[in-house]
Amino acid sequence: MSTNAQKRGFGATLWDYLTTVDHKKIAHLYLIAGGLFFLIGGLEALFIRIQLLKPNNDFVSAGLFNELLTMHGTTMIFLAAMPLVFAFMNAVMPLQIGARDVAFPFLNSLGFWLFLFGGLFLNLSWFLDAAPNAGWTSYASLSIAQTGHGIDFYALGLQIAGLGTLIGGINFLVTIINMRAPGMTYMRMPMFTWTTFVVSALILFAFPPLTVGLFLMTFDRMFGANFFDAAMGGNTIIWEHFFWIFGHPEVYILILPAFGIFSEIFAIFSRKRLFGYSSMVFATVLIGFLGFMVWAHHMFTTGLGPIANSIFAVATMAIAVPTGIKIFNWLFTMWGGSIRFTTPMLWAVAFIPSFLMGGVTGVMLGSAAQDYQYHDTYFVVAHFHYVIVGGVVFALFAGAHLYWPKMFGTMLNEVLGKITFVLFFVGFHMTFFIQHFLGLWGMPRRVFTYLPGQGFETSNVVSSIGAFLMAAGVIVLLINVIITSVKNEKVGNDPWGDGRTLEWALSSPPPYYNFKQLPLVRGLDAYWIEKMEGKKGMTPAEPLGDIHMPNNSFIPFLISLGLFIAAFGAMYHGDEGNTWGIPVLIFGLLFTIGSMFVRSIKDDHGYHIPKEELIDDNDKGVKA
Amino acid sequence: MHVEEKMTVETWPAAPEKQTLEAKNKFLGFWLFLGGETVLFASLFATYLALKDSVPRSDMPLAKDLFEIPLVFAMTMILLTSSLTSVYAMYHMKNFSFKKMQVWLGITVVLGLAFLGLEIYEFNHYVHEFGHTFTSSAFGSAFYTLVGFHGAHVAFGLLWITTLIIRNSKRGLNLYNAPKYYVASLYWHFIDVVWVFIFTVVYLMGMVG
Repeated sequence: MSTNAQKRGFGATLWDYLTTVDHKKIAHLYLIAGGLFFLIGGLEALFIRIQLLKPNNDFVSAGLFNELLTMHGTTMIFLAAMPLVFAFMNAVMPLQIGARDVAFPFLNSLGFWLFLFGGLFLNLSWFLDAAPNAGWTSYASLSIAQTGHGIDFYALGLQIAGLGTLIGGINFLVTIINMRAPGMTYMRMPMFTWTTFVVSALILFAFPPLTVGLFLMTFDRMFGANFFDAAMGGNTIIWEHFFWIFGHPEVYILILPAFGIFSEIFAIFSRKRLFGYSSMVFATVLIGFLGFMVWAHHMFTTGLGPIANSIFAVATMAIAVPTGIKIFNWLFTMWGGSIRFTTPMLWAVAFIPSFLMGGVTGVMLGSAAQDYQYHDTYFVVAHFHYVIVGGVVFALFAGAHLYWPKMFGTMLNEVLGKITFVLFFVGFHMTFFIQHFLGLWGMPRRVFTYLPGQGFETSNVVSSIGAFLMAAGVIVLLINVIITSVKNEKVGNDPWGDGRTLEWALSSPPPYYNFKQLPLVRGLDAYWIEKMEGKKGMTPAEPLGDIHMPNNSFIPFLISLGLFIAAFGAMYHGDEGNTWGIPVLIFGLLFTIGSMFVRSIKDDHGYHIPKEELIDDNDKGVKA
Repeated sequence: MHVEEKMTVETWPAAPEKQTLEAKNKFLGFWLFLGGETVLFASLFATYLALKDSVPRSDMPLAKDLFEIPLVFAMTMILLTSSLTSVYAMYHMKNFSFKKMQVWLGITVVLGLAFLGLEIYEFNHYVHEFGHTFTSSAFGSAFYTLVGFHGAHVAFGLLWITTLIIRNSKRGLNLYNAPKYYVASLYWHFIDVVWVFIFTVVYLMGMVG
């Protein structure tokens, strides 16, 4: 049970990770799996950029290009960005609120395995049949007409992965509502915890429409239903609505945690309290709310009519207000602070202008009349890469450097970190800035090549070179990770020296029970307050006692495996002469229900760490 | 209070479903889950309303040709009554009357089975009398998906409550299984509420065109 550093065999470590319910280890799993999918999605992006390097290129075929662009988008959003965000939420949020674990450790593990099996299923499409090829939006008018199993992989894989995300969202909500340490009121919660809270609520309400949309698509493609078949009375616009009722909140699900990470970074490395904390909370909640009101701005050209378009255009532009509040608060946090330009801070400072540019083009696109001009051009591609890379990916890099010591107990190399930053930052702007102009000059997105003599050649070369610079930045980061892991120089509780929130009061990495005694929180930036009063750690809020811990379990893996098996049955049962599809589908579902049944009838009370064992562990946990 | 503690009528608390932190988490988490389920069914209702009576040929049956109130009314009454019996069960749970709780839950399961039986009969009737199937039209797909999702929820609820009844039959109530009973009854109420909307939106509104 102990996570104390002792040499263990590979098998024991593997089994530990397969069965773990510890949020800190699940964070490792999310980071590794999300990181791998990030590399796969990045590779797909490189292939796209190689293909577009010159006119009439034949590096990949038109069909393969469609598969690459679809899988790039789908992988990056669902299998890279989401899990990487979840990695930091799992690693940091319970520590920030002074909790010993999340509310549902078992479900936490289940959420991860569902995501992983869904992601594996989706990516197996490369080897088993053809990859999905109707874009990450997979509009029904196109996708139900596609032959082969590509779209089936999309519908079933995302269904499984989406279920995992939904479970994770409920888990975080309950954790934040019920498990805050004594004194940790809502308005003392760190900004990253606040964004996790709002994002979890968005997940709870945004994922069910996707679930329904994917079910309808699954039924249409695999079970003969007619939701999207106009000849049978169906309507393809239903898919567009469901996809974007999910899809727009989804982009806020990604960006709000990024805002949270940057809020932490600005405060830490300016050595100042976050400026306008309460307005930041207000802006976060408002963005979350408005995020549900604007989905049809993705459908301006669908033909919903001028009234619907106007309402959604106005609602869209309204989001610029709370976002602007945030931008100014970050600037004022830095104003007059004693700033240290560490790697996380570099990402944070670079984030402001980069993201702002994406925001400005967002307002341009939000104007319905103008959108008809930009629609389906590279201008749109440039816009969403500026917000998602310039916002989310920058935050993931910043968060990786900031929280690496807290997750793994050792610091990433700062020099290599800054090289990564420079390469990636320059590469990013080189790739995507020029794409605004390519779009305005009329280059359509999602088309596998272009003709010479249209003025697109030079710009595309510039864009492709930028993509390789970004790849170089990622490679430097990987080298950094390897070097750091091999050296493995252990660091103390607060390696950045200016940590403000509770996670920095714990050892790096924290003991498996997090807090020996729950800390007493006396205000915003709880650890900073204690430091300013000359104390070395938090004041405990309870006497030392036995700690209740959950048992590890292999059942989450089995529940997810059952759905993975069932998905193959559902996909292949309609093939000519297929006899095993339906039995496999039923077997998989029974496997899942059976695993849930075992979980239900076997009592699991967890175990207690006796007080005596904790007393010996004096160097860990909260110091009294 | 400890979860495995042997309880008596005297020591049994007023809100046995949320005495421990685990129980409080389960209670809140389940309510949130029901919030997500509400959005799920709202999406299915929207799909149904968008595709209602949307058929490829004019000779195919529409909502007003299919539905008959007596059968659906009987189903509605059965399911509403099953919600009432599950309330009785929770009343006895709070009073630490284990046997009575089990009996009322048993009655709830029987009523749920009766509902499910009638639903299967109803679907069978539409398929064989009217040729109204899952694949015959967009209307058929939307109808069977909405009502079928509800039916699948009923079936899952029956499995769940039956498991609870059998699993705990020998050991009585404690603070570990009380929240399990409680959230199962919450789920059952939710299914009932969804049915009230199906009865209204699909059947009553279907009758008037």
